[in-house]
Amino acid sequence: MSPIRAISLVIVLTVFASAVLGAGNWQPLKNDGLHDPENPAIEILQEPGEALGVLVPDSAGNKVDWVRSLQEGLIEPRPSLDGDEEPNIRDTTVLMKNTYPLFYVRFTHKPHTQWMSCEACHDRIFVPQVDANPINMGKILEGEYCGLCHGAVSFPLTECNRCHNTNPATLGREEAATGEGTQ
Amino acid sequence: MAMALLAVLFAVIYIEAARAEYGDVVINEFSDDAGMRPVVFPHWFHRIRFRCKVCHGDLGFKFEAGGNGINMLKIIDGEYCGACHNGDVAWSIENCDLCHSGTLNTPTQVHHSTVQKLVATPEPAAEAAAEGEQ
Ligand code: HEC
Ligand code: HEC
Ligand code: HEC
Ligand code: HEC
Ligand code: HEC
Ligand code: HEC
Repeated sequence: MSPIRAISLVIVLTVFASAVLGAGNWQPLKNDGLHDPENPAIEILQEPGEALGVLVPDSAGNKVDWVRSLQEGLIEPRPSLDGDEEPNIRDTTVLMKNTYPLFYVRFTHKPHTQWMSCEACHDRIFVPQVDANPINMGKILEGEYCGLCHGAVSFPLTECNRCHNTNPATLGREEAATGEGTQ
Repeated sequence: MAMALLAVLFAVIYIEAARAEYGDVVINEFSDDAGMRPVVFPHWFHRIRFRCKVCHGDLGFKFEAGGNGINMLKIIDGEYCGACHNGDVAWSIENCDLCHSGTLNTPTQVHHSTVQKLVATPEPAAEAAAEGEQ
């Protein structure tokens, strides 16, 4: 078998594995390698499969598509302790082009601001200005910038194409020149 | 050799891909030393009920496992976990074992985060590379 064919085969198998085995393979807390199985209270804690199995499925991380689950109203996390506050949604995108040889990254404010306030990111993690942050993949993998949340709480960094989501070849010329998305 | 490396890499992803990760935060700055099990904080459970902003904005939790200096005094005073686990928003602090539920000696960390796995995975790859060399 040629190397290219072998690699393609493995990729296909991997995608297959994550799609088929992936959905819903939630380990019970007793053998998640973290909870103490001797703790009597483990019976009272909710099993992840029970809570997460009813949400929009995904193939990585928690195996939950949290963005869709929120947008489709399957969950209604409160925006404040007393719950009577509207989240402040921003609907702009930012194109990041320092990604060779991968696709560009289009960062979307909307799904992020549906979950968190501006202060979660600005100015502590990102200066709110296009191209003002010296982001690179090495720092992300070390847990800085996008890597602070992705890999810890949000979908993991192994999902390259969710961030590297924009093919340079299909961009309009103007957008490619300014680096700023509209929408 | 390259093939062996690739095979190992994909085997790792293959196995990892099958299983859901919970990304629970282990907080163990003081618990072990005080003879309590480490605290396990499940994000997945809380984010069904609250947006990130509630804890990381309004309640002042910094984005850093173990970085908030949380202890029982502060919790009883209504700070951090105690802002909710007060018998009002959520069950109160007498349920020690629900929070202190980790296996003893588990250090502070985000369990199964990508960063944690990157530190753990190079080993089998390096072994395979060494075998390929011979
Ligand atoms: C959470 C989002 C995210 C994920 C997931 C992600 N990247 Fe990136 N990547 C970025 C951002 C942001 C940049 C910097 C873009 C910029 O500054 O213009 C980047 C830059 C890069 C670069 C450019 C060179 C460098 O070192 O910065 C490469 C190559 C790269 N990523 C590869 C990958 C690979 C391979 C994966 C999957 C294993 C991956 N990325 C997953 C967000 C991500
Ligand atoms: C998850 C993190 C995150 C959150 C939350 C967030 N931003 Fe941003 N913001 C970014 C990133 C990343 C950039 C791009 C920086 C770069 O290109 O270097 C950016 C860029 C910007 C910019 C310049 C580009 C543009 O879109 O015009 C402004 C202004 C901005 N943010 C305002 C806000 C406001 C207002 C909020 C809250 C409603 C907010 N941001 C919430 C991450 C975030
Ligand atoms: C402060 C935390 C935080 C930071 C920093 C952050 N994200 Fe996210 N991101 C989230 C959360 C929370 C979600 C919701 C989905 C989830 O949790 O899996 C999300 C979702 C996404 C999605 C999926 C959007 C959709 O419509 O499904 C993409 C793509 C993404 N982030 C890219 C990025 C990139 C690129 C960066 C860095 C420039 C970044 N994120 C930085 C927290 C963060
Ligand atoms: C709502 C969750 C929660 C509950 C319930 C809880 N704790 Fe804690 N406890 C914590 C956290 C978080 C810490 C900080 C952990 C660390 O850094 O090791 C902590 C730390 C401790 C510590 C070490 C630090 C200190 O303050 O002395 C002891 C001892 C302790 N808890 C005992 C108890 C006992 C006994 C109970 C039941 C009466 C209890 N806890 C209930 C969350 C909780
Ligand atoms: C109910 C409260 C609560 C909610 C809601 C919450 N968090 Fe957290 N978060 C915590 C606690 C507690 C810690 C650990 C802090 C400590 O150990 O002192 C933490 C830690 C973190 C960390 C640091 C992890 C590390 O690598 O050290 C990140 C990033 C994070 N949270 C992101 C998020 C995001 C994104 C959301 C929304 C999807 C969110 N959190 C929702 C309570 C919360
Ligand atoms: C914003 C409010 C809030 C904060 C802050 C908070 N919790 Fe909770 N927590 C809740 C609610 C609400 C529940 C569900 C209570 C119920 O079912 O009655 C819960 C449930 C839990 C559970 C049980 C999960 C299960 O499987 O049933 C644990 C464990 C827990 N919290 C730990 C913590 C720890 C540790 C902290 C601090 C580091 C913390 N929580 C901070 C609101 C909060």
